[in-house]
Formats: sequence, C-alpha cells, structure tokens
Amino acid sequence: MLYRRGFAALTLVFGLLGGLSPVGAADAVKEWKQVLDTARGQTVYWNAWGGDSRINAYIDWAGEQVEERFGISLVHVKLTDTAEAVARVLAEKSAGRTEGGAVDLIWINGENFAAMKRNGLLFGPWLGRLPNHALTDPVNNPDLGLDFGVPVDGLEMPWARARLVFYRDTAILPEPPATSDALLAWAQENRGRFTYPLPPSFLGTTFLKQILIERVADKSSLYKPVSESDFAAVSQPLWDYLDLLHPALWRQARSFPKNAGGMRRLMSDGEIDIAFAFSQSEASAGIDSGELPETVRNYVFDEGTIGNVSFVAIPFNAAHSDAAMVLANFLLSPEAQMRKQDPAHWGSATVLSLGQLKKEEADAIRGLDLGPAALPADKLGAMLAEPHPSWTEALEAEWVRRYGVR
Amino acid sequence: MRPNGCGGTEYGDTFTAGADCMLRVAPYLVAAILTGPVLAGSLGALIPSFGFLPSLGHDEFGLDAWRALLDWPGIGGSVLLSFASGILTAGVSLLLALLFLAVFFETRAFVWLRQAIAPMLAVPHAAAAFALAFLIAPSGFLARLLSPWATGWQRPPDLLIVQDEWGLSLMAGLVMKEVPFLLLMALASLAQIHAGERMRLARSIGYGRISAWFKSVVPALYPLLRLPVYAVIAYSSANIDVALILGPVSPPPLAVQVLRWSNDPDLDFRMIASAGAILQFAVTAGAIALWILAERCVGLLTRGWLVSGRRRTGDTGLAALGQGLFPTLILASILGIAALGLNAFARVWRFPDALPGRWTLAHWQSVAETAGGPVVATLWIALLTTLLSLVLVVCVLENERQRDVRSGRILEFLIYVPLLVPQIGFIFGLVLLAELAETPPGGGLVAAGHIIFVLPYVYLSLSEAYRRQDPAWTKIARTLGQSAAGAFWKVRLPMLLTPLLTAFAVGAAISIGQYLVTRLLGAGRVETVTTEAIALAAGGDRRLIGAWALTQAILPVAGFALALAAPRLIWRNRRGMLGGVR
Amino acid sequence: MTLGLGLKDVRITLGGRDLLSLDCVIEPGTVLTVMGPSGSGKSTLLSFVAGFLTAPFTAEGRILLNGADITDALPEARHVGLLFQDPMLFPHLSVGGNLLFGMPPGSPDRLASAGEALDRFGLEGFADRDPATLSGGQASRVALLRLLLSEPKAALLDEPFSKLDRHLRGDIRRFSFERLRDAGLPTVLVTHDPEDAEAAGGPVVELAGTG
Repeated sequence: MLYRRGFAALTLVFGLLGGLSPVGAADAVKEWKQVLDTARGQTVYWNAWGGDSRINAYIDWAGEQVEERFGISLVHVKLTDTAEAVARVLAEKSAGRTEGGAVDLIWINGENFAAMKRNGLLFGPWLGRLPNHALTDPVNNPDLGLDFGVPVDGLEMPWARARLVFYRDTAILPEPPATSDALLAWAQENRGRFTYPLPPSFLGTTFLKQILIERVADKSSLYKPVSESDFAAVSQPLWDYLDLLHPALWRQARSFPKNAGGMRRLMSDGEIDIAFAFSQSEASAGIDSGELPETVRNYVFDEGTIGNVSFVAIPFNAAHSDAAMVLANFLLSPEAQMRKQDPAHWGSATVLSLGQLKKEEADAIRGLDLGPAALPADKLGAMLAEPHPSWTEALEAEWVRRYGVR
Repeated sequence: MRPNGCGGTEYGDTFTAGADCMLRVAPYLVAAILTGPVLAGSLGALIPSFGFLPSLGHDEFGLDAWRALLDWPGIGGSVLLSFASGILTAGVSLLLALLFLAVFFETRAFVWLRQAIAPMLAVPHAAAAFALAFLIAPSGFLARLLSPWATGWQRPPDLLIVQDEWGLSLMAGLVMKEVPFLLLMALASLAQIHAGERMRLARSIGYGRISAWFKSVVPALYPLLRLPVYAVIAYSSANIDVALILGPVSPPPLAVQVLRWSNDPDLDFRMIASAGAILQFAVTAGAIALWILAERCVGLLTRGWLVSGRRRTGDTGLAALGQGLFPTLILASILGIAALGLNAFARVWRFPDALPGRWTLAHWQSVAETAGGPVVATLWIALLTTLLSLVLVVCVLENERQRDVRSGRILEFLIYVPLLVPQIGFIFGLVLLAELAETPPGGGLVAAGHIIFVLPYVYLSLSEAYRRQDPAWTKIARTLGQSAAGAFWKVRLPMLLTPLLTAFAVGAAISIGQYLVTRLLGAGRVETVTTEAIALAAGGDRRLIGAWALTQAILPVAGFALALAAPRLIWRNRRGMLGGVR
Repeated sequence: MTLGLGLKDVRITLGGRDLLSLDCVIEPGTVLTVMGPSGSGKSTLLSFVAGFLTAPFTAEGRILLNGADITDALPEARHVGLLFQDPMLFPHLSVGGNLLFGMPPGSPDRLASAGEALDRFGLEGFADRDPATLSGGQASRVALLRLLLSEPKAALLDEPFSKLDRHLRGDIRRFSFERLRDAGLPTVLVTHDPEDAEAAGGPVVELAGTG
C-alpha cells in the first residue's frame, strides 16, 4: 500500500523531470526484485567522509543490516575529503575503465555533484527505481530535487538534511550576536574570539555564503549561474565585511581552523567563544562526549541560516551498482533514517516526509530527543537555500585572491 | 676468467645455480623498483600539466595549466615556504646532529643517545606532529602546565604559534624527526672513518672536544652524510603529513597546495595540480642545488679555519648548547607523547587545567572496536614488504661480496631516488598507471607501493653492518667443511641477526607510517592505522586523535623494542653478539 | 703416493709481477715457515692453498695433498684447516658448538668426543661457555681444538700467535706445534716473528719485500 502510493508519486515526478518513462507499479516491483537478486553477494565500496567516529559507527551499523537482510557486504572507504573519491573515478575514466570501478557509492553534494554530473561521471538515473524514494514526497519537497540549485535528475539520492547552526557557551555568552552586523560588532569588542574554517573547506565557504546572502541586496542573482551577474559588484558587500572582520578574528586571520572539527576543538580549548556547524547535533555530541561544556547551546541568525541536503551517488563505472542501490534504498528506510536522526547515534535530520510514513514511525521520529544543545524545530528559523554552485567556486577563488596571499 | 690453479673463488660456484641467478638479478631488480615507478609516475604528472587529459576532454597540449599555476594567488609564498623549510630544516637538523655527536661521542651518555634514536625514529611523522602541535599551542600542554600560576592566563592567549606563517612550527616538527634520522646515518658511518682514533688524536694534541670533532671528524663524516642530508631536504620541502598539521594554512606549503588542487571539485584543477607537482620537483631540486652550492662555500670558507691551529672555537658555549638542547629535544618528545596519552584518556580537559578534569576509556573503546582490521592490514603489509625488501637487500649485498665489487656507485645513488623525488609528484601519476594496467586497487598494490619506500631504508640500515662483517668468518667456516651456502646460513646470517632485526624494524616502521601511497594505491579500501588516524584527524577530536596516534606509534615502537630485545634474549649467554658487528 | 702437502711449481703474481715461487713438499708432522715483510705475498699463499685466492692475485702451479690434486677443489672439500691471528670463535655458538661446527657430521657420539677433547686440552667443563668469556690463551686452545676436530689433512697458520700476550705466547706456541705434530699434519706457518720459526723447527722460506 505504501509502495503503491510511492510509485504513483514517483511516476509523476519522473514524468515532470523527464528522467524516466513511466513504468507500471507491478513492473517496478519486479524490476526491484531483480536488483535485489543481482545485489546479493556483492560488496559495496561506499566512499564517505570518515572524520567522525559516530558517523563511522552508523555506517558500520548499516553494513550489518544490509549484510543480514540482503546479503550485501559494505566496506566504508573513509575519506578525508569527498573529492578524493571523485579523483579516483576520474583516474579510472582517464584510464578508460568504464566498468568494474573501485567506487560504488559516494556521499556527496553541491560542487562535487555538479562536477561529476558535468563530466559524465555518474550512473543513472536510478533514484526513481528505489521503492523508498516515494517516502520523501518529492512532489511536495522540490528542494530535494535540486542540489545547490543543480537538478538532481535522478542521479543521486537525498540522504540527510543539514542546517547551519551557531553555538556558544551560554555561561560566557548568554545573548549571542544573531546578525552579521552584530557578529562584527561583537568580534571587534572581543578580539580573537571568533574565526571561521578556511575556505574552500565546506563549512568555511558556507560561512561566506551565509554572510553574502544576508548582506546582498538582490538575492535572486545568487541563484543563477555566477556568469549571469556582475560578480564583483554583487559580492562587494561580503569583502567589505570581511575586511572589517578579519583584523578582529582569532590570530588576526593569519591562520584558520581547517574544518568544523578544528573549530570545535578551538571552542573546546576555550580559544574562541562562538562556533558553528552544519548539524544541530554537533554541539550536543560535543557535550555528551565531554569535549564541550554542558552549557553550550545552539542558536541561529535572525534572518535564517543556510540549509542543504546531502546525497549519495553512484559513479558511472561502479562495479556493484545494484548493491549500491539496495544499500541506498535501505539508508532511506524509516528505520535507518530514524536511527540517523537520533542524536544518540548521529543526529542528522531525516529527508523523509513524515506524512508519508506510518503513524508510529512518524511519531517515533517526532519524539526523538534532539540533544541538550539543540533548538526545537520551531526555533530553528528560516532556511536559506544554497546559492548556485558556480558561486561557490567564484567565492573561493576571490577569497584566496584577497586573503590567501600575504 | 679463472686462471689455472685458482680453484673455487670465494663463493660463487657453490651456491646453487638458482640462488646464484637470484643474486645476479637482485641489483637490477632493486634498481628497477627504485626508479621505474618514480619515472613512470613523474611522466604521469608531466603530461597532464601540459593540458593533456583526454578523460576530461582535454586532448591538446598547451600551457594553460602552467599559466594558471603561476597566476595563482600566493604561489610565490608557497614556493618560498617549501624551499625555505627544505633548506632550513636540513641545516638545523645537520648542525644539531653533529653538535650532539660532538658533545656526547664516546661519553657515558653516548650509549643513551644511541638508544634514544630508535624510538624517536619509530614514532610516525603524523603522531609526532600532533604531539608537538598540542605541546606548544597557546592552549596546549605547556601553557596548561604553566597557567594560570606562572602566566596568569585564564584563557589561552591569542598567539599564532602552531601553523605560523613563517613555517617555524613546521620546521621545528620536521627537525624533531630529522635529527634522529641523521644521527642514525652518522652513527653507521663513524666506525668506517675511524672517528674514535681521529678524536683521540686531535684531543691528545690539545684540541677541545667540539673543535676536535668539527676539525678532524666532520670533514670525513660529511661526505658520507651528504645523500641522507639531501633526503632530508627533499622530505622537508615536499612532505604532506607534517605540513598538514603544523604548516601555515594560507598560503600553505606547495605540496599541500598541490593536494588541495587535486582534491578540488572542479576537475580542471587536476591539470594545475599536475603542473604544481612538477613545480614541486623543481623546488626540491632547487633547494638541493642551493645546498650543494652552500657546501662548496662552506668548504672554501672553512679551509683556513681547519688548519689555523686554533684548539678551541667557542667550545665551551657549544658544548653547553649541545648538553642543553639534547635533553630538551628528548624532553619535548616525551612530553608530547605524554600529552597525547593524557588526551586519549581525557573526558573533560578544560584550559587551564594541567590535567584532565574527568577521565574515560571511551576513546580506547572506540579504537578497539575499529582498529582490528586496520591493525591486521598494517601488520601484513609491513611484514610482507619488509621481508621482501630485506631479502632483496641481502641478495644485493651478498652479490656485491661474492663478486667482490661495490654494487656500484650507481645503486648507492639509486637507493636515494625514492627519497629525493617528492612523493606528491609521482604518486598521482602512479595511480593513473595502475589504472591503465588494470591492476585492481587493494592490498597487493599498496604493498608494492610501500616497497619503493621501505627498500631504501632497509638498505641504508643494513649495508654498513653487512659490509663490515669480516670475510675471515666465511673462510673459517669453509675450511671447517661448510659449503658456501652453509657458511652463509650458519655463520654469516646468525652473526648479523642484530642488524638484520634493526633493519627489519626500520623497514616496518617506514611501511606503517606511509599515508599517501596507502591512500591512493589502495583507493581508500586498504585501511591501516595511519590512514585511520589521519581520517579521524579530519574530525578534529583531539582525544580520539590522541588514542589513534598512540595506536599508530605503538606498532613501530614495539617493533624496535622487539628488535632490541630479541638479540638480548637470544644471545643472553653470548656476550660477543651484543657488542656490534664483528 | 706421496704423503704430505706438495706445492708444485707454485707461482703467485700480482698484476704480472711475481710475488713468490715455491716448489716443495711438507712432510706430515712438519712445519714449513714462510717469513717476509707485509705485502710479500705470504698470506696470499695461504689463500691459494685454502682455496680463497681472489683477484687481483693470480696463481700457477699445483697443490697436492697426500697425493691428491686439490688445486681446483672447493675450500670445504680440501680438508685444509686455517688459524688466524684472532681465534675467530663463532660468537653466536658456545665453545662446544664451535667444536661441533667443525666436526664431520654422522660420526658417533660427537658431543662426548668434543667433551673429551676439551678435557685433554685442559678445558674441562667449557662446552657450554660463551666464547666471549674466555681468556686469550683459552680461546687460542679452543680454536686449535676446533681445527683438529674437523679432521683436516693439513693446517695453515696465519700469524696465529702474534696477538697473544708475551708470557702466553711461548706456551701456546709450544702446545700448538706439539698437537699439530701429534696429529701428523703437514703445516704451513706464515709469520714475521723469528721465534715462531725457531719453535716450529722445520724448513724456513724467506720472502723478499716488494721491490
């Protein structure tokens, strides 16, 4: 019943996107059965960032589940940077290896997806073939169909929602600055107590975008390719802002933390007073493990913060694309999504549409304790969409030009 | 040619034909392993740097990548940084190593110095860099030990110490690892140049200890240290592991920038990365060239000083400096490792507490849950590659002895090729070639890649002892009725057990510490303790990093401990086996 | 068949230059002493007889041992024992192990005969000793014993007493020559100590220095 409703929605979506010709529900079930059969006994090499032991443990759990249920073994290839997997696929393509590739599934989004799509490095479209895809209610959640503004076209599966949230120790800073202006003023009064990760790290570039969105007058140009607007003029407010901010940053902006983890460590060491992350659970996890003080709480900017969706994709030459699809479908199941959202295991928000789930499943997800530092859903404020990925590159290049040289 | 009556050269004709053939082939095989992949990999970087990368639709040669490289903001800074850290690290490390030897040579502390080298060498670069970073950071261990009672700091001061823009912390981290390397290389050469006799002679005619060392020993020692020093320059100007942890972030050292380009989502950056890799070759080569020039200058400038007859040149001050610095270096290493250990057991450790406020085993539990596979992979790769390297090196050295020729200056130089050519330059090319050859990524390929780096170190640590073994031992064994093979297995090898085990420990430590090769040739599928530790380092939780860095360090340190302990146990009733090579 | 060690028209050259020429037979139980300054080729002669001659030296002539031509035999097949300046006891083996190393395999009760031999040499209970703990004189005796137990048919001595303390040297020298004579071994002694030659009591060949 669930599946049928799902497939109806699905055919509709693909009718709209033109990704696939509509298939009947019975055909779909039969076809999925075939995928399951082929997948049995295969090993999936899932290339995913390996920098968080809790995420690694979650992936291990998923591996145990698919082994038990579908006879698939999962190998987590722990990346320090998603681009490593892209590089691998590229090397394979360079060498003319069009099948039997080493990467079966990549945790990916934004720039890396855009690059792979542009260079024909992706398998698919395959999203429509997943029975659980319908649970995301794609019709009513069009944001899942875009990755940094680039159409997904069935080439990757939405896996997790992420929101930029700031955090600080309420014992030190009860009323944190919640606009870019307030942040600048605060930083100038409290020199050396704020920083952001070095662009082009994912979170560092996100901070640039967050400020840009807040300070730019005509936001619509950010959602079109950068070539269609006057980059220098549009981005000028950001550089003016950073020119004022940098002298007040940690180490006078002569050094930066490398990524979210580096920034959390500075917070833990008491070197800075405000940090941010791409997940509500980061601060809570830090509290649980003793890394951060118990009085740390999340907060967001008044005008909202950037949010995005991360995906999993299959390379064009994946040796085990069937097993990768089965694994992906499992990752999208209510059970796996719920465990993912549970801060005890990870704390990353689900991409499922609760309305599509059974009542008890939906209630269980709603009822999850989001952890000590988390904001309740209604306090999370507005979500700002990611600008078009071409902006990412342009911002990173300009940042390096201005601040990467001394 | 076998002149009439000259029956039976020393060995050759009595090793079985197969073994003899293996001995003859070994030098060529070793030369091929040392140079083939490096050459091929470098070519794999050179071609894309000129715009040829068909998989991305670039099939015309051009200079765009080079133009983009030279226009890159901060490229000058990156190049200068890499260049300077190559030259300065080598200079400081060499001076310190020579000074320590001058101060401690044949004193009671000398035994101590000898023994301190092995564990210092065994700690992988990444773990050592983490330790140093936490030791000297404004919120680090030293600051915590001294705050607030001595410094008055309640919060860490806003001082740029780690990852400073001059690269000083980077160079300090490199010096800490390169001094023990140069000490090891120097110690292996001291007997050859009769350093003891030279010192005693110079001291007996009134030279101060330091002056005697620098005037009578160093001129003979330095030529033997030349290639190791070049290797230090190459490593310091092009390394990734230490630079990622201690190097400045913006602009970063060139090798780090190359890695960033090759990781850029915009795939066209691959060609800039290739050009950057070639530039890295040039920077490293330039640094070595400048060093060679400096060698000449120092040679000319000190010519007069050497024969001036002055018996003391700042001896007192230098001796005090050496006596002070060496314990400082040791203490810093110990404190750094201790700080890693504290982190690994810390649950809550706030600044400025000198010790963690609450303790936990959770980080070790997490390590225990995931380390099994990586430890097994690390061990089998290390043991296999080291064993193969050891067999090859013994074959080369045995061949050299049987044919009574130094296998040639050429091989002596080739040994350094993998140490002199920047890794980042040729490994990417190598991955491409492995793909072309349709070699599936995995343990086998990784092990093959490790041999390129393990082999030179095994050779360097074994050759001296092997060559020094008195040929008379074989003669005695032969006249007592042993065949050439019997003498080799029953006398030569058992007597070389200690150096063989040391070479094994050195080789295994090198294999265990490899990151880039493991990562790229294994397509990330081969997890070792080093790849695991560095993957988690990206997450930034220092307590977990501490636990992993210690895990990563324990294996090679245990290897060295075994290599030191086993002969003591086996030869506990054989005093003659514990005093060095006979 | 002629017993003893025959050196027939032996000529050793270095780079076309003659170092030494010898033509003689050393009877069983006698010692031929070869004297000469360093570089005169006396050690090279021993290498030639033992089978270790290497470039740049070349040699002509034949070596006959108890009538058999061993010139082209492998060193281990010549049954020619060797003693150096240093006793060169294998440091990784015990005293007993050093003796057993040289004893032909398969002979009955090797262990017991090694022990008896030690007793005869005044080294009772030394079988398990670490060679590194022996005195100079003891080590020399063990080295000689090791040579004798390997059942050689001839012995070559390369300045074997030169490193011994003066007060020991006479005793060991006498002891060694007696045992070699008892064993009936033809012996070549290379030395530059005239006292060695005198004690050996056999013919003496003086080599000229390198011109």
